Amino acid sequence: MQFTFTEEQEEFRRYLRRFLDAKSPAVEVRRLMETEDGYDPAVWRQLCTDLGLPAVQIPETYGGQGFGFVELGIALEEMGRALLCAPYFASAVLASNAILNAGTEEQKRELLPPLAAGEVVATLALAEESGRWDSAGIAMTATRTGSGYTLDGVKSFVLDGHTAGLIVVAARRAGTVGDAGLSLFTVDAEAPGLNRRLLRSADATRKLARLEFSGVPAGLLGKEGAAAAPLAKTLDQAAVCLASEMVGGAEHLRESALEYVQMRMQFGRPIASFQAIKHKSAELLLDVELAKSAAYYAAQAADDDADDLPAVASLAKACAADAYTRTAIEAVQMHGGIGFTWDNDTHLWFKRAKSSEVFLGTPAYHRELMMQRWNG
Amino acid sequence: MSEPTEGSVRQESRNWLEANWDPDLSLVEWRNRLVDSGWGAPTWPVAWHGRGLSDPLGRVVEAEMDRIGAVGVARTGIRNLAAATILVHGTDMHKEKFLRRILTGEDTWCQLFSEPGCGSDLAGATTRADFRGNKWIVNGQKVWTTSAHHAQYGLLLARTDWDAPKHQGLSFFIIDIEQPGVDVQPLRQMNGHASFNQVFFTDAEIAPEFILSETGNGWAVATTTLMHERRGADSLRRYAKASNRPGRVYEEEAAEIAIQLEPYKWYPQRAGRVDLVIERAKATGAFDDPAVRQEIAKLLTLSRAAEWTARRARAMQDRGGPQGPEGSLGKLAASNVARMAARVHTLIAGADAMLAGPDGALDGVIAEVLVSVPAVSIAGGTDEIQKNIISERVLKMPKEPRSDTKGPFRDVPRNTVG
Ligand SMILES: Cc1cc2nc3c(=O)[nH]c(=O)nc-3n(C[C@H](O)[C@H](O)[C@H](O)COP(=O)(O)OP(=O)(O)OC[C@H]3O[C@@H](n4cnc5c(N)ncnc54)[C@H](O)[C@@H]3O)c2cc1C
Repeated sequence: MQFTFTEEQEEFRRYLRRFLDAKSPAVEVRRLMETEDGYDPAVWRQLCTDLGLPAVQIPETYGGQGFGFVELGIALEEMGRALLCAPYFASAVLASNAILNAGTEEQKRELLPPLAAGEVVATLALAEESGRWDSAGIAMTATRTGSGYTLDGVKSFVLDGHTAGLIVVAARRAGTVGDAGLSLFTVDAEAPGLNRRLLRSADATRKLARLEFSGVPAGLLGKEGAAAAPLAKTLDQAAVCLASEMVGGAEHLRESALEYVQMRMQFGRPIASFQAIKHKSAELLLDVELAKSAAYYAAQAADDDADDLPAVASLAKACAADAYTRTAIEAVQMHGGIGFTWDNDTHLWFKRAKSSEVFLGTPAYHRELMMQRWNG
Repeated sequence: MSEPTEGSVRQESRNWLEANWDPDLSLVEWRNRLVDSGWGAPTWPVAWHGRGLSDPLGRVVEAEMDRIGAVGVARTGIRNLAAATILVHGTDMHKEKFLRRILTGEDTWCQLFSEPGCGSDLAGATTRADFRGNKWIVNGQKVWTTSAHHAQYGLLLARTDWDAPKHQGLSFFIIDIEQPGVDVQPLRQMNGHASFNQVFFTDAEIAPEFILSETGNGWAVATTTLMHERRGADSLRRYAKASNRPGRVYEEEAAEIAIQLEPYKWYPQRAGRVDLVIERAKATGAFDDPAVRQEIAKLLTLSRAAEWTARRARAMQDRGGPQGPEGSLGKLAASNVARMAARVHTLIAGADAMLAGPDGALDGVIAEVLVSVPAVSIAGGTDEIQKNIISERVLKMPKEPRSDTKGPFRDVPRNTVG
């Protein structure tokens, strides 16, 4: 297990941070969160062509850069810090990894290059109205037709589901439950019978959609009925990636609160000189650093496809979510009244913290998973 | 000579150990042999029993020792702090006289810093050393002094000038504990053990050459000791365990552990025994309680994350990088882990948490955890002091306004306990 980054990785981080500082300042986040698409196509193109970001962990044979989850983690940490509005998590993390884990060799060669190049934006439609993030929550049915399949049911909380061009969908053979009978499918966003609606979300920087399927033609991804394992792995990898994103956001909040308290004067001195504020700042530093360590360890475990990945992925997700929400609450507190205004930027990250807390499963859910998976 | 590499260090130390390790030597004979070779303290300077190796290479040597089951130099307790302080501030005479016997375990040390009137505010020390008739004469009282009842020597912070400002009137001495005028009284802790003491000085003498650094420079020296103490906090987890292998060295080591390390025998308990949590939860059936499972998961998360944070800090240091914030957080993290562990052990034990000794779980070990963890958040600097240090030194937040640093110390308001 590596506990530091290489010079190349550090350089990648610095480069990305400069790019995001320029392209995703808070004013831009505010502008994009009010739009329906929720991202700037020009920035997305640059992110894909100049930086090759959606290709990071995709192997070179499928048009990717062949790096791993450590590099993907760096990218997400920086995006979380900048609160970048882009369909990156949906396409580069959820959909790409689902295809990598479940697809046949031929499907990977066909589907991944356009995703790696950013020409196609994809997403994964997993959760339904129950809001569960596991196989037991999947009710959508897949029916075999002459040459392919059709899907019926409703998917919800689909990240960037209203704009994605390609949708990876989890569905089951009618009459099956749990891990049995689960398959993954690919669906073209223009397919007949598919109705997509943008949901109004508390965190306007993270776009969620509801997708209704009635007899939508779909292509099988990988083997029929064998999706449980690749899906579980995709979710573990996604939890690790989300942990990195949250750590970046938490660090941003921690730093911005620190900057504010150093400037703000009350009782004739900077509020940063009050011990109550200093101790809170030290605690936040500890929280965020611990969450960082967990996210870094988990990213390496994902790269190694380590035996403890399932437990560690849940650990990292729960740890980062708790650190992020706590930092968000304290950051508003340290800003005082101004922190509760729309004009102050803190609430943008606060809302992302709240949506990340439940996205892919709450901390309590992940702690329970972790206990089931723990063997150390 | 070429630069040592992981491979060369492993090979060389392995060759040496294979030729020299002998479990039938006496403990002191073996450790002397080890100290002569430089493999006992490989990261120390070559001139002083070491090989000047980096920390990661030092760990390679440690792994070789473990592999062959060889007993290492004496490490536990305040010896390490004494050695680190002497290596930085000591004269050649100090190094000659003390370092080897620290490594062989022949001398135990104690840290005579805290007083009834000052713990967090160490620079408020009022134990006095006055220069009279060619020697220093010490009078006053220290308290909470771990191991003083086993120690030959103490690191002593005492006031030598009452007219200088608080931090400039202190000096740092090495004092022989077993001399007349030094009275060590055991002090019982809330967990029933008596590993710390009160130490009274009545005209105890110190020869002038046993001052470290210069008169009035004691605060700077104490800072070195404290830095090592805080940094070492996470290595407390490595506690001495007697091996029951046959051989004179092992037998004598077991005896050493029984006597000299006696003050540390509850140290694993003060760290919260996270290692016992799952085992205990399964044994009591609490493992199936969803509320308990949540708390166990939180504890495991915290303790793993703390461990990985320490590894990050170490990895950064090994690469010669700048000290990041991870390094300063260890002690604070350790006390959070200990506190949470005690809470989880209580949940798991339920009503049994009220029982101690043979009536309690694991023959009282769990009860001992419950009443030992407050030590972590007090000893070596309280959580509050750690937070002050982190906020001021790492986060660069403004210092506390203070009213005690200017003017002669004799005019500064202070405790009158004692
Ligand atoms: C198990 C154990 C072993 C020990 N071993 C040794 C030893 O070997 N040698 C030795 O010299 N000492 C030893 N000590 C003493 C220890 O270093 C002190 O107890 C500790 O530094 C706290 O000092 P105090 O007890 O005087 O508490 P105080 O300083 O009186 O503190 C009381 C409370 O006030 C808080 N406080 C104090 N100052 C501030 C501040 N500036 N800001 C905010 N809060 C503050 C503290 O955090 C604490 O909560 C040991 C203590 C224990 C528990």
